[in-house]
Amino acid sequence: MILMILVLWIVIGVVAVIALYVIFTFNRLISLRNRVDNAWSQIDVQLKRRYELIPNLIETVKGYMKHEKGVLTEVTKMRANLVSGSMSQKAKASDSISNALKTIFAVAEDYPKLQASENFKMLQEELSGTESKIAYARQFYNDNVMGLNNSIQQFPSRIIADMLSFKEREFFKAQESEKKSVKVEF
Amino acid sequence: MMLYDHISSNKRKSIFLIALFFVIIGALGYAFGIYIGSVFIGLFFAIIFSLIMTLISFYSGDKMILSMSHAVIAEKKKYPHLVNSVEGLAIAAGIPTPKIYVIDDSAINAFATGRDPKHAAVTVTTGAIERLKRDELEAVIAHEIAHIRNYDIRMMMLVVVLVGVIALLSDIFLRSFIYGKRKNDVKGGAAVIIIVLGIILAVLAPIIAQLIKLSISRKREFLADADGALIYRNPKSLANALKAIRDDKEPFVEAANKATAHLFIENPLRNFKSKVNGLFSTHPDINERIKILEKM
Repeated sequence: MILMILVLWIVIGVVAVIALYVIFTFNRLISLRNRVDNAWSQIDVQLKRRYELIPNLIETVKGYMKHEKGVLTEVTKMRANLVSGSMSQKAKASDSISNALKTIFAVAEDYPKLQASENFKMLQEELSGTESKIAYARQFYNDNVMGLNNSIQQFPSRIIADMLSFKEREFFKAQESEKKSVKVEF
Repeated sequence: MMLYDHISSNKRKSIFLIALFFVIIGALGYAFGIYIGSVFIGLFFAIIFSLIMTLISFYSGDKMILSMSHAVIAEKKKYPHLVNSVEGLAIAAGIPTPKIYVIDDSAINAFATGRDPKHAAVTVTTGAIERLKRDELEAVIAHEIAHIRNYDIRMMMLVVVLVGVIALLSDIFLRSFIYGKRKNDVKGGAAVIIIVLGIILAVLAPIIAQLIKLSISRKREFLADADGALIYRNPKSLANALKAIRDDKEPFVEAANKATAHLFIENPLRNFKSKVNGLFSTHPDINERIKILEKM
């Protein structure tokens, strides 16, 4: 009789511990996932900002850079992908535009009049600020994705993640195959 | 997990600091109560006073510190790179953008203050903006952002105000003991003992407070260096910034004082010639910090 009660209590204890663990893990997964979502929206905000800044830049630069029309149309074309498409498309567009902008700013050094323009200086500062904000937001997002994915993949939280169908998230980066097609020519 | 441990440790220590403040002010109030002949009145005023001072320092300590330091809001038009860097590094650290201030001073220095990441401010000197390279300035900002994320700012802000108040009070208290007239008629040895105890207390309180302040800030700088390097992903830049700060020929920040010195990334009151960095320094040895950063 005493033995049975003891066994019963042990069973209850084990069940309680497991239940607590499930609740704890579930909540942790939820907060990790929310953090990833929040981090993603930070990237999105910066991509939109860049999307809005680019037409101004093109407008300012157009009059000076007569021989570099190619890179300007390239940027304009890629710009649309910043705000639509899948994550890896956005990442790809963002990478291409980073390269293209670098080229534009490098070329701009040959145009002293453009360099002296207040508007251009402001745009350059603003775009390079946005550029590094995208990099920081990306770093923060990828850190958080790693945290979430680790919890989803590691034992024993993996069991719970599977049961409640938590999905791993994608890192914000361009696919290897897509990266090759990035080329900016004059 | 490390970061969250550090945050809760800082929150715990902030509460402990407030409790200690109540105890010290309470003891001073008690002694003062005996002196004026009513322990009750002494304690009553001590508690009310501590309560008000704690609330003031918690909710507007940052504003006091900023105005004491003659810090003005950094306009984006005037300091686009500074504002962009702070915004970017706040994103990297996952905190809201803090308010951004500048101090008009040619020395290179910076500090952060506030009560939590939602109510925080980063301040840099114009010297830092003009004389540091871009990546060095960003590394310094990352260090300050690390202080904000860690809740170091809460601790350090409370310390500024509460330690300042204790120092001021015991000063007033001592003067009134020494120069004031005694109103009560407690006779005999007991009265003498009480007064002697009161004087000892008044002398000890600011020393204890000072020691707390010192023990609080030194380890924190190493931690913020490491966290800042993690946020900025470039420890070399911070090492270079610290070198520039170390070799600064005029490191003295005019608007800094003893109460706020420990907030800064490096002691703003140091004399370039004297390299004493002993028990009573508010900051760890800068060469040590550079060495650790270069090894990362």
